[in-house]
Amino acid sequence: MEGDIAEMGKFIGAGLATIGLGGAGIGVGHIAGNFLAGALRNPSAAPGQMATLFVGIAFAEALGIFSFLIALLLMFAV
Amino acid sequence: MSEEASTGFQIHPMDQFIVKPLFGGDHIAWYTVTNVTMWMAIAVLVIAALLMLGTRRRAIVPSRSQSVAELLYGFIYNMVEEVTGHDGVKYFPYVMTLFLFVLFSNLLGLLPMAFTTTSHVAVTVVLALMVFLGVTVLGFARKGVGFLGMFWVSSAPLAIRPILALIEIISYFVRPVSHSIRLAGNMMAGHAVVKVIAGFATLVVASPVVIGAVAALYGLELLVAVVQAYVFTILTCVYLRDAVGDAQH
Repeated sequence: MEGDIAEMGKFIGAGLATIGLGGAGIGVGHIAGNFLAGALRNPSAAPGQMATLFVGIAFAEALGIFSFLIALLLMFAV
Repeated sequence: MSEEASTGFQIHPMDQFIVKPLFGGDHIAWYTVTNVTMWMAIAVLVIAALLMLGTRRRAIVPSRSQSVAELLYGFIYNMVEEVTGHDGVKYFPYVMTLFLFVLFSNLLGLLPMAFTTTSHVAVTVVLALMVFLGVTVLGFARKGVGFLGMFWVSSAPLAIRPILALIEIISYFVRPVSHSIRLAGNMMAGHAVVKVIAGFATLVVASPVVIGAVAALYGLELLVAVVQAYVFTILTCVYLRDAVGDAQH
């Protein structure tokens, strides 16, 4: 075993940051599921809301991306 | 580790993202021609070729390249008009340029041995910052100080408006971060996953499964490349709406 304890902490921290992925998954799944539920009830209104769907997914995903950013910062910047 | 190395089980999923000078040497300055430069130039050439050759012999019944060019044009035009409103159509050329560049960088990066320029934050952050600065300047130019009214949510109760204003301001300045990292992160993660799965093909027992998995993942990556270009563009339109639209909602 080489390296020091700070190096180890970096890897553990980067690994822990991937937990944020789960939150983004829940958020995106929630939006897509609710969209599908609504779209099946009123299929004629669904195509008009596609843009809103993608914007909503993008905003939910952004918070998951911040955890990726933290992992990147820990690995390469700290 | 040594046991894995002896069986030839070595995966270097991040090697594909290394920036190398194209004409030898190992020092990279700002003017050095690298593989990033080359693939960005290829993307621009492909876009120019598609649009110019597609519209060179215009016909009532379009040829295949003409209908692809018209489809892309109509798709983005409708999106800009729908999301930003009628005033936003003036900025359609910029949005179209962004969309085509991101789309073709993503798609060209999927070619075997190709380099994905959009997988680098340095590339996407420039695109996102141009949108951010452009929208901010445009907002102040068109609305003056009234642009700051965007942060003062007049539909909320007076007591929580300062808190909302703080949150709005923070989320405004975080925009270029999420806008750029989303694209780069999706591209980088997708390519790394394909490479890791492909690396398992060195295990002879697993290789038939791996070939199927890589083919399926490649299809998924194709979808992700198009969807991310779409998301990047539609977010640009949403940000543009703050500056040019009548954002009194």
